Amino acid sequence: MSQPSLSEALRGVVRRDLLLAMRHRSDVAMSVFFVVIVASLFPLGVGPESAVLRMIGPGVLWVTALLACLLSLGRLFTADYLDGVLEQTALIPQPLAVLVLGKVFAHWVISGLPVVLLSPLLGLQFGLSGETLGVLTLSLLLGTPTLSMIGAIGAALTLGLRGSGLLVALLVLPLFVPVLIFGAGAVTSSLAGIGSEANLSLLGACFMLSLAFAPWATAVALRIALE
Amino acid sequence: MNWFKYSSPQAFYPLAGKLIPWFAAAALGLMGVGLYLGFFVAPTDFQQGESYRIIFVHVPAAWMSMFLYVLMALWAGLGLGLHARASFMMTQAIAPTGALFTFLALLTGAMWGKPTWGAWWVWDARLTSELILLFQYIGLILLRASIDDVRRADRASAVFALVGVVNVPIIYFSVKWWNTLHQGASVSMTASPKMATTMVTAMLVMTLGFWMYSIAVTLARMRCVIVERARQPSWGTQAPAQDVAEVRECSGGV
Amino acid sequence: MQWGSLTEFFAMGGYGLYVWTSFGATALCLVGEVLAVWRRHAAALAQTRAVASGGD
Repeated sequence: MSQPSLSEALRGVVRRDLLLAMRHRSDVAMSVFFVVIVASLFPLGVGPESAVLRMIGPGVLWVTALLACLLSLGRLFTADYLDGVLEQTALIPQPLAVLVLGKVFAHWVISGLPVVLLSPLLGLQFGLSGETLGVLTLSLLLGTPTLSMIGAIGAALTLGLRGSGLLVALLVLPLFVPVLIFGAGAVTSSLAGIGSEANLSLLGACFMLSLAFAPWATAVALRIALE
Repeated sequence: MNWFKYSSPQAFYPLAGKLIPWFAAAALGLMGVGLYLGFFVAPTDFQQGESYRIIFVHVPAAWMSMFLYVLMALWAGLGLGLHARASFMMTQAIAPTGALFTFLALLTGAMWGKPTWGAWWVWDARLTSELILLFQYIGLILLRASIDDVRRADRASAVFALVGVVNVPIIYFSVKWWNTLHQGASVSMTASPKMATTMVTAMLVMTLGFWMYSIAVTLARMRCVIVERARQPSWGTQAPAQDVAEVRECSGGV
Repeated sequence: MQWGSLTEFFAMGGYGLYVWTSFGATALCLVGEVLAVWRRHAAALAQTRAVASGGD
């Protein structure tokens, strides 16, 4: 049999999704600008006092990243669902959960990674500095893939439903809460000088937990939606 | 003719009809005893005065909201594992009652918190998990409502119920953790001294009463779901007139 | 028994508003749910009857 191996199939899925994204570069730019604009609105609403901004900064930036992930979830499966590619993907002999993981990874590279790379700049807007900026970036680097994996479950459950954009928010936001708490907590504790290792480890635990279960749950949800 | 007997929901329908009055009577009786114990036997709490009597609804409602979620998730897992339609119907029948108890736990929690802590709401681990639990119940009900195909609605909401059952303990732990970080905001809820035995008894009797109530209402809603689904085209045949009469007969004691 | 009079019972040591709102809301919600399920059942049966008599 000349079946592609698991890693080949995985690489194929990732490369295809990234190539497609490169053809629609404006989509990528949109989620980045969304984050920049929302993060810039907060100081304008709250006032320029630097102590206040430093205090709310970690939470604001994390909530913004969370919303950016949420808004981009619609793109994860919808196009493939509409043109039938998803149905073909489900027929591939390799486990669907692994292929899902590939799609989620590509989705994170497109929508999560730009936010991570941009976060030090956004942190400066809120008066964060030095080590705290590093912790912010690191926490987002650990947390945003987790968000993408959890979000994929919601995206698969609501695939092709009317009003799925709002519904996916209602389903997924409660599931995002632990990641938000540990992620923003890491930055806050770094600001307070208590060290962020414990929060970052818990964030890592969330990552491992969702890596173990979320792709599998997403695959189940996709098969339900495709029936 | 045989739609009434060909699968377990149809055998379940008359059985549920017979059981509901018993559970309803047990619920009324237990709640009556619980209220009597709570208001007339249990002594006044020397720290909180009479306001503590709210716990006789608050704690049972909070317990029920969690029991029912776990129970619902168990039915959901059973449904996915065994492809059992009746299990999914059970999940559908439990969700609204669970959401109601979650809402009541939050409302009575605020009523208790105001005189006790001086605030309607604090970001305590229990209250926050309860709030997220309510969001999950609502999400589950809305997810089901927005899927027209019954089969997909059943299975999609089962997956979400199972994911949610993992989430709630994590949230409880994470908020507890978060409160140690933001020490100013944390309020100790476990500071209450040892409760008198009569207080515990009253609370347990009320909880049992709520259990019986939940079973009665869930069975009644299960009967609604069975009748509603009998109309669905996926069932193949429509209900013949004589079976409808039979359904009516069984529906005497909702 | 710890209540001297009915007024004392309803006052709940000054916490009457909180205590009775809690118990009242709970009673209201439970009764409301029972009524809602009752009506849903009646409506479902009525519709099934209508389909069965008008359909075939």
